[in-house]
Amino acid sequence: MGEISERSAVRRLCDRLGFGPAPGELDAGFEATLARRLSTAADAATTPPPVLTPPQPTKAPRKGAKQKGADENGADQDKTAADRAAKKAANKARAAQEAKLIGWWLDRMVASDRATERLTWFWHGHFATSNQKVRSAPLMLAQNQTFRTHARGSFTDLAQALVVDAAMIRWLDGNDNREGSPNENLAREFLELFTLGIGHYSEVDVFEGARALTGWTVRRTSAKAVFVPARHDSGDKTILGKSGEFGAKEFVDLALAKPESAEFVIGRLWFRLVSSTPPSAETVRRLVAAYGSKRDIGAVLKAMVAEAAFRDSASALVKQPVEWAVGLMRALGIQPAKLDDKTRVMLLAALRGMGQLPLRPPSVGGWPSGASWLTTSAGVTRLRLAQLLARKAELGQLQKSSARVDGVRVLLGVDAWSSRTKDALAGLTDPAQLTAVAACAPEYVVSG
Amino acid sequence: MDNLTRRRFLTMSGVTAAGALAVGATQVSWSDLMSAAVQNPLSSEDSVLVVVTLYGGNDGLNTVVPAADPAYQKARPDLAYEANEVLDLGEGLGFNPGLKGLKGFWDDKSLAIVRGVGYPEPDRSHFRSMAIWQTASPKTPVPTGWLGRWLDAAGADPLHAVSVEPTLPPLLAGATTAAASLPVRGLKLPAGKVGTAFAALGQPSSGEEHWQAQAAKSLQDLQNAVKVLGGAVHDQPEKEDDEDEQRTKGASAGGGSQLGAQLELVAGLVEAGVPTRAYSVSLGGFDTHADERGTQQRLLTELDGALTPFVQRLRKSDRGRQVIVVVYSEFGRRVSANGSDGTDHGTAGPLFVIGDKVQGGFYGEQPSLTDLSNGDLKATTDFRDVYATVLRDVLDADAGQILDGHKGSVDGLLKV
Repeated sequence: MGEISERSAVRRLCDRLGFGPAPGELDAGFEATLARRLSTAADAATTPPPVLTPPQPTKAPRKGAKQKGADENGADQDKTAADRAAKKAANKARAAQEAKLIGWWLDRMVASDRATERLTWFWHGHFATSNQKVRSAPLMLAQNQTFRTHARGSFTDLAQALVVDAAMIRWLDGNDNREGSPNENLAREFLELFTLGIGHYSEVDVFEGARALTGWTVRRTSAKAVFVPARHDSGDKTILGKSGEFGAKEFVDLALAKPESAEFVIGRLWFRLVSSTPPSAETVRRLVAAYGSKRDIGAVLKAMVAEAAFRDSASALVKQPVEWAVGLMRALGIQPAKLDDKTRVMLLAALRGMGQLPLRPPSVGGWPSGASWLTTSAGVTRLRLAQLLARKAELGQLQKSSARVDGVRVLLGVDAWSSRTKDALAGLTDPAQLTAVAACAPEYVVSG
Repeated sequence: MDNLTRRRFLTMSGVTAAGALAVGATQVSWSDLMSAAVQNPLSSEDSVLVVVTLYGGNDGLNTVVPAADPAYQKARPDLAYEANEVLDLGEGLGFNPGLKGLKGFWDDKSLAIVRGVGYPEPDRSHFRSMAIWQTASPKTPVPTGWLGRWLDAAGADPLHAVSVEPTLPPLLAGATTAAASLPVRGLKLPAGKVGTAFAALGQPSSGEEHWQAQAAKSLQDLQNAVKVLGGAVHDQPEKEDDEDEQRTKGASAGGGSQLGAQLELVAGLVEAGVPTRAYSVSLGGFDTHADERGTQQRLLTELDGALTPFVQRLRKSDRGRQVIVVVYSEFGRRVSANGSDGTDHGTAGPLFVIGDKVQGGFYGEQPSLTDLSNGDLKATTDFRDVYATVLRDVLDADAGQILDGHKGSVDGLLKV
């Protein structure tokens, strides 16, 4: 496979360290674009997070012996109508808060030209936590801000923050992990999915790791986890070949100290930001060197885009639905926050229909990739959303143009149309229709 | 609020080596399906397989409950069902009280329970264990699913598979062929200029990069899918998910929701004579590390509430009577409860096979509760025995070819 052009490389940089080019962005050079994406100066194009009221304390669910009383008539039988109405109202309020938070985040993704936002999105998929079970927008926001704070910083800091993150603890049953009755869910996924990868730890490490994580607890009224010494198992543990009175911090340190961890984390970044083809051994060596003892994510990003593979035409990636939709809104100058309520609801419904709603990863393993997004059903929803967004866009420049097909190519920041796509678009004169169909072209659905 | 986002499988995110679709070696052969629908619709003689995957690791011991066994009561004092709570199946076992409809099928001998199903050297990772079940390759990761390999092997025959989910589970991904996916709410495309232009984007373009070519192919497939299946799909309003705390407690390991709607769609397709021989549907939420009893019973009630009308509806048509349903999960759970009134990841579990062509009853031995391996049940039936049986008796295929020479089967399971 060949090397892509300089302009295509700039476009790829915008796609991979961001959510695609905004109008005019491709006129800058590669180094200037990289410097802007990796700038550490304050990002002007951001709005403060929404104010989310803390979750209302509700009665703890009945458990244990009481739950055993649930007979064949169902456990809900004794609930009064008032209980049910209150529950329904609480669910509605929770859903509204979640939608508000997703709207805010999408807005940031559209507005920002920093890699930070893209990496925040990446870490959300890596440490995949779903509000389906967390059931608290404030906790999801706190986790989201943690991703943002450490997005391009040290993976050590990020992993240390996540192991005691309140949303994560709720998601993976950390509240049920206490001395004398370890719950393995968090310890297992931390090793398998977040830091080491399968095959680099044993069942004993999972069990002992769970013991190390005991004591970290999320109370219903707080957005932060607290360490409760009475719940902590302070005894000796043996984790990954080392013994001691380990706690959460040591558990993370031990996992990250394994040489396989650096390659695992780098491999995950590569898979989402560069190519589904794994990096060569030489490349891995260079990226591990950049990662270094500080576990510097920003340095890995710089090293990645300097690799020859970054400019290889074969390093194409299917855009994830959120990346596609945010990129389209960037190109069309649409700010999600300024959309009317009805349209915003339709936007979120369409993302869900394509299989990717932020804050709702399908499982702790994160979202799928590649061909998984190119399904028959996603194709229908993609077109519907493209039509919706195109109707909201100011497309005057395509109104009278005699070169509409090329105009929409420039608007979307596509390198080139194939003759297939040129022919397909040639019959469309309405700018919104033209833009909607163009956004569904393989040249735009895939980041070439 | 959600129904579509949860249904997909984890290996596709590349977290394990068995990422069947991560390599993108798959093509949806809708054009074959379309011509088949016209020339050769599903014969009312052809059997159809519906695979129901329960994501998260369903607790087998609280599904088919050895309530009378003192070892069971002792291992899970707060989690155990009493003998008078379960629906008696005989041999000291009883169904979870949530499975009333399935008990009816058991009573009329159209439901088989294969006990102690698992594989050697069980893996306790959801992702790896689900990959093992879906690829039918316990020892080495392979990039194809067992039904995907069946699709490959079926070759020019009009044999096809459909996933009623927005993304494809690896079990339906072959080396050269992959099943199509269909959303519960159906496929509808705009008419007029937009429709024409959109359709034209599906044309292949010579020299196109791999993923762009795949994207074009998916649009081509979509056009054909709409022609073949569009009419068979009901455009029903989306139901609100009842997403309360109990329902979502075990949700971190993936899987679908609205199983009833998924199965309704399948029933409609079967009745319409679409030439599809295998369907995949799923239900998630079984990762019950904490407060398991209420959560699991609720999910089993949901499973029962979806399967019962589905099976009853199928009994009313010739084509429907050819359907065999298989229900499985990636592993069972530990024998002993953990300290959170839940159970951690375990090993073998029961598997259900339902349908008019099924010879109801127990198959396989019930694993011992005292002769354990590290606190876990020892599998008594290899899951590939079940696959081999349905490949042979439902899909008329050479099971050995698809299952890497696997020899076992579950004799007498199906009326053939």
